[in-house]
Amino acid sequence: MSPSVRLQEMIRVIRSARTQGEERGIIQRECADIRAQFRQGDNGERSHSLAKLLYVHMLGYPAHFGQMECVRLIASPRYSEKRVGYLGAMMLLDEKQDASLLITNSIKNDLSHSSQFVQSLALCTLACMGSAEMCRDLATEIERLLRASQSYIKKKATLCAVHIIRKVPELTELFTPSARTLLSEKNHGVLHGAVVLITELCERNPDTLDQFRKAVPELVQIMKGLVTSSYSPEHNVAGISDPFLQVRILRLLRILGHKNDTASDAMNDLLAQVATNTDSSKTAGSAVLYETVLTIMDINSESGLRVLAVNILGRFLLNNDRNIRYISMTSLQKIVQTDHNAVQRHRGTIVDCLKDQDTSVKRRALELSLALVSAVNIRSMMKELLIFLSVCPPELRSQTASGIFNAAERYSPSKRWHIDTILHVLTTAGGDVRDETVPNLIQLITTASELHCYTVHKLYRALVKDIAQQPLVQVACWCIGEYGDLLLKGECEEIEPVQVTEDDVLDALETVLQSHMTSPATRGFALTATMKLSTRITDNVDRIRSIVSIYGSCIDLELQQRAVEYNALFKKYDHMRAAVLERMPVMDKNSPGHTNGDTPGEIKEPDTSKPKPVEAGLLIEPASQVCDLLDLLGGTDTPLQPSPAPTSTPTATSSADLLDLLGGLEPTPVPSVSVYEKNGLSLKIQCDKQTETEVTVTLTASNSTQNDITNFTLQAAVPKSVQLQMKAPSGNVIPAHGLGQVTQTVLLNNPNKVSLKMRVRVAYSNQGAIHQDTVQIDSFPSAACQPSVSPL
Amino acid sequence: MMRFLLLFSRQGKLRLQKWFTALSDRDKKKIIRDVTQMVLVRPPKSCNFLQWRDLKIVYRRYASLYFCCGLEQGDNELLTLELLHRYVELLDQYFGNVCELDIIFNFEKAYFILDEFIIGGEVQETSKASVAKSMEEADSLQETMEEYVNKPTY
Repeated sequence: MSPSVRLQEMIRVIRSARTQGEERGIIQRECADIRAQFRQGDNGERSHSLAKLLYVHMLGYPAHFGQMECVRLIASPRYSEKRVGYLGAMMLLDEKQDASLLITNSIKNDLSHSSQFVQSLALCTLACMGSAEMCRDLATEIERLLRASQSYIKKKATLCAVHIIRKVPELTELFTPSARTLLSEKNHGVLHGAVVLITELCERNPDTLDQFRKAVPELVQIMKGLVTSSYSPEHNVAGISDPFLQVRILRLLRILGHKNDTASDAMNDLLAQVATNTDSSKTAGSAVLYETVLTIMDINSESGLRVLAVNILGRFLLNNDRNIRYISMTSLQKIVQTDHNAVQRHRGTIVDCLKDQDTSVKRRALELSLALVSAVNIRSMMKELLIFLSVCPPELRSQTASGIFNAAERYSPSKRWHIDTILHVLTTAGGDVRDETVPNLIQLITTASELHCYTVHKLYRALVKDIAQQPLVQVACWCIGEYGDLLLKGECEEIEPVQVTEDDVLDALETVLQSHMTSPATRGFALTATMKLSTRITDNVDRIRSIVSIYGSCIDLELQQRAVEYNALFKKYDHMRAAVLERMPVMDKNSPGHTNGDTPGEIKEPDTSKPKPVEAGLLIEPASQVCDLLDLLGGTDTPLQPSPAPTSTPTATSSADLLDLLGGLEPTPVPSVSVYEKNGLSLKIQCDKQTETEVTVTLTASNSTQNDITNFTLQAAVPKSVQLQMKAPSGNVIPAHGLGQVTQTVLLNNPNKVSLKMRVRVAYSNQGAIHQDTVQIDSFPSAACQPSVSPL
Repeated sequence: MMRFLLLFSRQGKLRLQKWFTALSDRDKKKIIRDVTQMVLVRPPKSCNFLQWRDLKIVYRRYASLYFCCGLEQGDNELLTLELLHRYVELLDQYFGNVCELDIIFNFEKAYFILDEFIIGGEVQETSKASVAKSMEEADSLQETMEEYVNKPTY
């Protein structure tokens, strides 16, 4: 067998390997040697071999055959072998390996060894890789060492105890008494360990926390000593006396003073002293100041102190050192909710940090800027944010875009500004916005009816310039389809007039349809828009027909279906086409997450001080997030009209039908009270209580005249705190001579238990004349206050 | 508490790894790969702090070596920079003008020094002189036992 190569020689040889393959070969040879060495047994060479194996392990090669050797070396009486053995144990054995339990006994013996260096090896290894069982076995040993040994061992035993507590939280009581006494140590190492131990104990157990609150004066003393002490070369770092210990004490004080007035008072002076006296020109001083600021913000400090803390953070913001700017922004982020005004003062600097070169700083500045947007500064902030969006790194784009959208939604000063902002974002970063942006934008556009002309012109121009951004193209197609007539009219107050011909518009839409950049969803938008234009333009209807019929044989199923149905509209149902493709009504804003059919109807929340009339029937249908789906519905089924149609389209939430079923289960014993009688139309109501706060009201209308009442609709309004939900009526024609009735159910939710009132407006046609009337119902039948007798 | 400490060269070769939590080999390798990649692409004058998963990564480059550690949320990043600097000073004092080769050929010494400075992810001794003294005494113990006259290398 070749003589064993010394460690450094081996390293040299490995490093001289020119290729990966060569290196692997060398390593294999060496490992074979090492294995043979291990088999040979004790001959003084074992520690060399293990050291070589550890090097091989660090390069990334498997080294598990060395585990047993570690165990053997640890048990050896020689210090050099123990040293390498323990190092190997920390590198190769962890609590997941079975062999780790084998060293428990060795560690136990070494903990009572005569040499403190052997003891320290054992402590270090236990603290590094000790499993829960090992910790349980050896906890009492550690506790003994905590109390009666020199400081060299004490400090290691303290940190070992910290590890034990982290692994086995039940052992906290074991270490609590000793921890308290350790605070009176003079040795900084032991003191530091003691503070860490107490911090760990307090974090785990609130009772221990109360106990240690009594130690606050002592900690304050120690801290004062450090801050005011004269220069001590042993612990000095850049003029700060032992910053490691100072920071740990501040951290412990933070935990002890949190939500506790007495403790917080005791440390107020100290914190003020540290905050004012610490020199922050070097990192050590800044570290201490940083910890001080965090502590001030987290305890019940007096307001003067808080102001001081925010000012320190503001000073940090202006520092040249990037690290300090970064952490100051991180801390400001934590307090921006509670001390909003204080942080606002530094808004300028924060916005400047958006232009920093460094990505970490940019990210923090972005988060903080978004948190600082308010109604007052929205315009200037948005300008900065939009500039940032155009130059920001790609990983921050979607966060910026969604942040801008949220801010715009909350604080936009005008609808036009809002639409402009969203368009700007879509043109700059259209690929990174979320999916629900498109329906949200469309809904916003429909509500801003005075801006339709302006919007469609802007979108048309954007579309003509560039069709790569899918969300923008989708919105543009939808608008052109919807408001194409406004586009063709050419004039618009807020934009320079440009003459757009029908051919131009159809060209644009066709480009979208044919481009390979367009996604299938966008093609759907474009096709529907083209179809809608057939009623809004006059000359080129044939062109539209031909476009639509081409897609009748498209491979994409969705497009093909649409095209075929639109073709049918042209051929067989031409008389319906105008009504089908009419302009859409204003859509209602839904909370995110609602999709068609998800929720049973919609609960309207009155938003003015007066009760607002609520549209009944189909408009309750949750505005589908995919508006072209509505289009499809409108195209294939009964026309979508503003007035509620009695026969809801099949997609009108099937759950609404379910609720109708529930609503229809009226307990018959409840009497119905007549509330309105005029011109032959009579209205009765019936109430019953479902729960403590919910009442179901059924309105029944009957007709005693000679003629049928048609187009009968009911609208209802309730006081502000009551929530109202109207179900679809059973019909809108009331036969004459009382031969039939129309019923409509209304669900009321009265959480504040105010007195229930309802105002009902009826509208109907009778003999060609349109009637409208209002009924005020001030008192509901007393049955409403009695528990309902439900058949279920 | 520090979760791990890594030393790697500018080419991404690992020179020292110290783990303070129990992780499988696969997890360790993955963390090394991810963190190394993240740190190596950073431009020279950038911020020394990163956010990665739920950890704060603090790194600093000394000559050709990157010293990098992963911290929990409650730890002070600026203090950790000081900690890394202290470790480099200790290495410098021990090896005399330390360079990457010293750490490559005497990696076990670097570990021993680290173990005198940090235990279980926390600082155990805040005095530079004490750590240096302990290292000296431990080395001399080794020499006596091994009866080596020359430098105590393996």
